[in-house]
Amino acid sequence: MLAGMLAIGGIGIVAALVLGISSKIFYVEVDPLIQEIADTLPGANCGACGFAGCSSCAKAIAKGKAQPDACLSGGPDVALSIATILGVSIEVKEPDIARLGCWYNIEEADTKFTYDGVRDCRAAMMLFSGSKVCDIGCLTLGTCVNACPFGALSMGEDGLPRVNESLCTGCGTCEQICPKGIIRLTSETRRIQHVYTTDECTSPCQRACPAGIDIPEYIHQITVGNYTQALKTIRESNPMPLTCGRVCPHPCEDNCRLSLQDDAVNINHLKRFVSDREMHAPERIGVYKAAPTGKRVAIIGGGPAGLSAAYYLARLGHSPTIFEAMPKLGGMLRYGIPEYRLPKATLDWEIEGILNMGVEVKTNTAMGKDFTIEGLKEEGFDAIFLGTGAWDSRGLGVEGEDLEGVLPGTHFLIDRGLEKDTPVGEKVAVIGGGNTAIDAARTCWRLGAKEVTVLYRRSRKEMPANDIEIEEAGKEGVLFHYLAAPTRLIGKNGKLAQLEYIEMELGEPDESGRRRPVPKEGSEKIIDVDNIIAAIGQFPVTDFLEKDGVSVTRRNTIEVVDEQTGRTNLEGVFAGGDAVTGASIAVAALGAGRRAARSINQYLGGEEVAVPDNAVTAHSDLPTVEELVSVAHSDRVKMPELSVDERAMNFNEVERGLSEEMAQGESDRCLRCGLICYRKEG
Amino acid sequence: MADFILLMISAILVNNILLARFLGNCPFVGVSRSMDTATGMGLAVIFVLTLAGMITWMVHTYLLIPLNIEYLRTIAFILVIAALVQFVEMVVRKTAPDLYEALGIYLPLITTNCAVLGVAIINIEDGYDLITSIFFSFASAAGFALALVLMAGIRERFALVDIPKPFEGTAIGLVTAGLIALAFSGFAGLV
Repeated sequence: MLAGMLAIGGIGIVAALVLGISSKIFYVEVDPLIQEIADTLPGANCGACGFAGCSSCAKAIAKGKAQPDACLSGGPDVALSIATILGVSIEVKEPDIARLGCWYNIEEADTKFTYDGVRDCRAAMMLFSGSKVCDIGCLTLGTCVNACPFGALSMGEDGLPRVNESLCTGCGTCEQICPKGIIRLTSETRRIQHVYTTDECTSPCQRACPAGIDIPEYIHQITVGNYTQALKTIRESNPMPLTCGRVCPHPCEDNCRLSLQDDAVNINHLKRFVSDREMHAPERIGVYKAAPTGKRVAIIGGGPAGLSAAYYLARLGHSPTIFEAMPKLGGMLRYGIPEYRLPKATLDWEIEGILNMGVEVKTNTAMGKDFTIEGLKEEGFDAIFLGTGAWDSRGLGVEGEDLEGVLPGTHFLIDRGLEKDTPVGEKVAVIGGGNTAIDAARTCWRLGAKEVTVLYRRSRKEMPANDIEIEEAGKEGVLFHYLAAPTRLIGKNGKLAQLEYIEMELGEPDESGRRRPVPKEGSEKIIDVDNIIAAIGQFPVTDFLEKDGVSVTRRNTIEVVDEQTGRTNLEGVFAGGDAVTGASIAVAALGAGRRAARSINQYLGGEEVAVPDNAVTAHSDLPTVEELVSVAHSDRVKMPELSVDERAMNFNEVERGLSEEMAQGESDRCLRCGLICYRKEG
Repeated sequence: MADFILLMISAILVNNILLARFLGNCPFVGVSRSMDTATGMGLAVIFVLTLAGMITWMVHTYLLIPLNIEYLRTIAFILVIAALVQFVEMVVRKTAPDLYEALGIYLPLITTNCAVLGVAIINIEDGYDLITSIFFSFASAAGFALALVLMAGIRERFALVDIPKPFEGTAIGLVTAGLIALAFSGFAGLV
């Protein structure tokens, strides 16, 4: 026993002596930096970083061959310590988190067959792509759950994988192993730039929205009472929910699947509900903002397209500067939409939120007069976005247009936006059928006109204005003459006194598909008017752009290589909004601004400016549902509004907003649609 | 002399420590991705094994047997081998830093490599004397190095061929090892 202990002890001592002496003889100078980094690393030698052991990783980091955050199991704390040692500031990159893109388990979704013989999603894929009818549906067999090396995934009680966000390191193993690509890495930065593709689950409303808002997600968050998250979801695609919640003609609701059997879900007013809450809350909700990149972008035009582009570029870390020709920002939102639809105070609050992201502004600065594209590039701007909108109006082209009392529609509303005095007489006729005409008519009623008439050359069915606007105008006493077009303006002493118009009838359809109005011979009529407002269309002004070399189409809009990216013919110059499409709706401009921000971000990062090949377009052939099964009938909530008496002679906001109870009831109606799934009863 | 030659052929080809006795898999699969590291590792193992064989034999004969503590053989051998490997690591780090980097974690892993302990114990079990032990250790290590170099040569070419996804990496390495072992079993009965 003793001999044994002594023997082993003896060997140990001899070994220690030999090693001690040889370590002095074979001494190797170790860079203390590498030593320090190696001490910070966990020392597990797991190999997740891609190096053979922690010491090789330390050496690589010290040499600069690896990033300070190379150690995956160490996580952000180790990354921060290493960055401190190296003396660099670590730009906390927004962590990627895994997220499941399917919400219906095997029981709820439509299935082709039932087969319990496979235990792995990859195996199930080989059996007719799995039991779900939908090509993209999660197979709920939990391959990703087993594959996660950090134990961040677990199977929820609803049969779908659940992500534990605090454990997820964003390694991407689940994304690689899922045979259908359902579970993917995501982050706010990625979602800001996201373009929907045909291989992910989207709902009809989501695809119809020109800004691409994730509508089922935010309505779901409203239902569970998480209003903050709902607003953050909206702001990933649309920076102006207060505005849109009031003025948007909601193409989403036109595509709502619930309208197959009942009225559509009141998506737009739900958006207004959550954004109003933020406006009345003590603090604004914070969003992720990437570290500064030092790149400057010039945004020409401070309307919705420019504001949206600026907002997202600022969130991506760039430094945008808006150049606006008018005294204030907002574009047509301020200088075209009247106060009773969109109060200026609300618009100002919303714009302030956008500017808080880090946007510089130069107002009263017009392109062509105060600067040119070349000049901007010389000043050091790395990219330019053109969002100049459609501010030009057309005359009626009839005799007497130069009489006093004839007001072009856009100028009338612009003056209102500039807070100038705009008196109108007792009798006003508005020519046109779009929202501008209705806005002008309802404004005149509030300014004291006794008789406001809207003349439109086609019938009610063809009128492009929002239905709700036409209805409200009718309630306020605005008269509508359909199938009427002006022929002559008659004046007395240089002032407008009468309008002569001719009745029309509908003939053959023209290029836009609408039936062309044809005058009825000899049916001229004369009415007394004090003012005429011509609101027959808005068009982009492009002469100052052409002078700078921007390519312009025959219809006088900016020519872009493709609308999804917004690239123009000039290097580093992008465009979007009304200036590209012609007069359209605000949300389309907001969406164009976001997509331009995505393109500019790609351009500034040296990547190819492109959208994915399988991006969803209007022509995408996606599976859909023709009829609803097992869905209870429900009534759509009605937005409370001021009565007609309460509206008279003032510009108070007409729509008052939903209460929390109404919003909850409405969000419950949403079917949380997938491509072909929706919430069924029972 | 002839005996030594036969012993060496036996140790290298017929009873290859790795392909026939299946000891020492870890560095085999881990280091055999490129020829340079494989040769470096092979040389390191030859050095360690020869020295280890010699020293463990001496410890066994002159320390353990006289004191009647043969049962402490395993512990004593591991102690010696560990110290030896540390020593080799220091030498390699000083003299060939690039090799040291390339071997990385696998150099200290020789400590726990059952091939080293295995050879040391076989020396005792088969009753070799000192010179025979040295030759046998050297030959076994040479066999190990041979297998390693062969494997590296094949695995370097894997980068150029189309391997099915489920087999990539270690899987195809082990399959290859099995096939080489099969081939080597053809040497059975040679000696």
